[in-house]
Amino acid sequence: MKTIYLDYGSTTPVRSEVLKESLPYFSKIYGNPSSFHSTGLVAKKEMESARKKIAKILNSEENEIIFTGSGTESINLAIKGIALHELMKGKKGHFITQKTEHDAILETMKWVEKLGFEVTYINVDENGIVKLDELEKAIREDTLLVSIMYANNEVGTIQPIKKIAEIVHTHGKLLHTDACQGAEYLSINTKELDVDLMTINGSKIYAFKGSGVLFKKKNIKIEPLIHGGHQEKNLRSGTENIPAIIALASALEIAKKEKKKESKRLTKLRNYMIKRIEKEIEEVKINGDRKNRLPNNVNVSFYGVEGESILLRLNEEGIRASTGSACSSQSLEPSHVLLAMGLSHELAHGSIRFTLGKTTTKKEIDYTVNKLKKIIPFLRTISSAWNKKEE
Amino acid sequence: MKLEGSDWFYSKEVKKHFLKPEKFLKSEREIKDFDGYGKVGNMKCGDMMEFWIKIKNDKIIDVRWKTFGCASAIASTSMLAKMLTEKGGMNLQQALTLTGTDIMKRLGGLPAIKIHCSVLGDQALRAAIKNYLEKNKRTDIVIETIKEHEEH
Repeated sequence: MKTIYLDYGSTTPVRSEVLKESLPYFSKIYGNPSSFHSTGLVAKKEMESARKKIAKILNSEENEIIFTGSGTESINLAIKGIALHELMKGKKGHFITQKTEHDAILETMKWVEKLGFEVTYINVDENGIVKLDELEKAIREDTLLVSIMYANNEVGTIQPIKKIAEIVHTHGKLLHTDACQGAEYLSINTKELDVDLMTINGSKIYAFKGSGVLFKKKNIKIEPLIHGGHQEKNLRSGTENIPAIIALASALEIAKKEKKKESKRLTKLRNYMIKRIEKEIEEVKINGDRKNRLPNNVNVSFYGVEGESILLRLNEEGIRASTGSACSSQSLEPSHVLLAMGLSHELAHGSIRFTLGKTTTKKEIDYTVNKLKKIIPFLRTISSAWNKKEE
Repeated sequence: MKLEGSDWFYSKEVKKHFLKPEKFLKSEREIKDFDGYGKVGNMKCGDMMEFWIKIKNDKIIDVRWKTFGCASAIASTSMLAKMLTEKGGMNLQQALTLTGTDIMKRLGGLPAIKIHCSVLGDQALRAAIKNYLEKNKRTDIVIETIKEHEEH
């Protein structure tokens, strides 16, 4: 059976061009950039060339690019790095984030709370857009950092980052954005977005898993989390993962080149899929902002059915998707994103996310919707929550 | 690549009952043929089950069910239905001794985090038996409290 992969939001395969470009760095150009000989120097030059390419795409300086081991690590470095810097001065302070952030942000914020820092979690509207008035009111004298994601991983809602930056900067504060989901399709020009820190990772942009970038304006002081051989300007020790760094640069360059065309293609497919689902399956709810939305995200709740059952039946048909249902998580709580947007537990349990990507075709979308048209009514037949949703 | 056996998230038996569930209620019209009804669970936790039983000479001779929940919840209700009606039906006293663990064993095990789903199946059955006993003013069989849902 052919696999229809509609879970690009979870991770992407490595692009063949990207793989090809990084392959020599496994066993041909294998030097340690810190070594004081030619083999090391070649590797260092290649790494710095990749850094330069990334800096150019981000419209930043080379010394503002820190290579890390994942998006999660970049986020940890940004938040904990700032918190620890204050702590070492004997001070504490305040952070601001919002309720639909990825767990990488939320769990890190919870951790700095344990250290005695205060965190304000801003609410979102029913489409998942941050409440800007609430954000502005939350900014305090001792606010160290505001962290608001660029685009949401579950529902694809794009936050008004420029407006947020304006608010944050009016009060003289710093803004970090988690751009992991946005990097492939949206502008990641840091001057245009006016962000002070930004996180990107390889696993969502057709580069490697276990690779990330933290953009940090050079004047911002942070403490490292990993100590050792002083790599990355002493902010992230450990021998650099050159193939992954080469892959990041290559993937970001391709993304930049193809962004406009691919976003347009996927937006069309996405809208087509949403339209068919809404038209051909009764009692569904599209989650997330319809306009300010990632080109590749379709998130839909089906009344009366539970997400994991849908997911596994789709899986049997060769279709890979994901769900906000508790049953597929370790927590037994459904998606915090959907609950923050005001969805009932029933609808949060019944949500399915399809994330399209470079191999997605109209034929695949048609196949998927046709299967959904069989799966959903069957699961509703055996469901004790169907016909009873008016209760 | 088709996922099978160990590539699947659940046992073969769970997969079988999830993909081809047995004895679920196909139409509301069937309800009138049944003698006892029970419902447990809630939407907040994401699992809700209904169970209908048909009784003859204190024996469960047929059942129907409906489940909102994940694959293991669906499979465990289907398996319970099979366990009750195979070999010509189970008598009430014996049915009342069934536990979630019994269902789980027949399913070839469940992931630890999923166990509360199968526990719900036997509770739905108890609720249905209780309903039947009450309707028939029977006091000879006593049923302990029914757990509405596992706390977690």
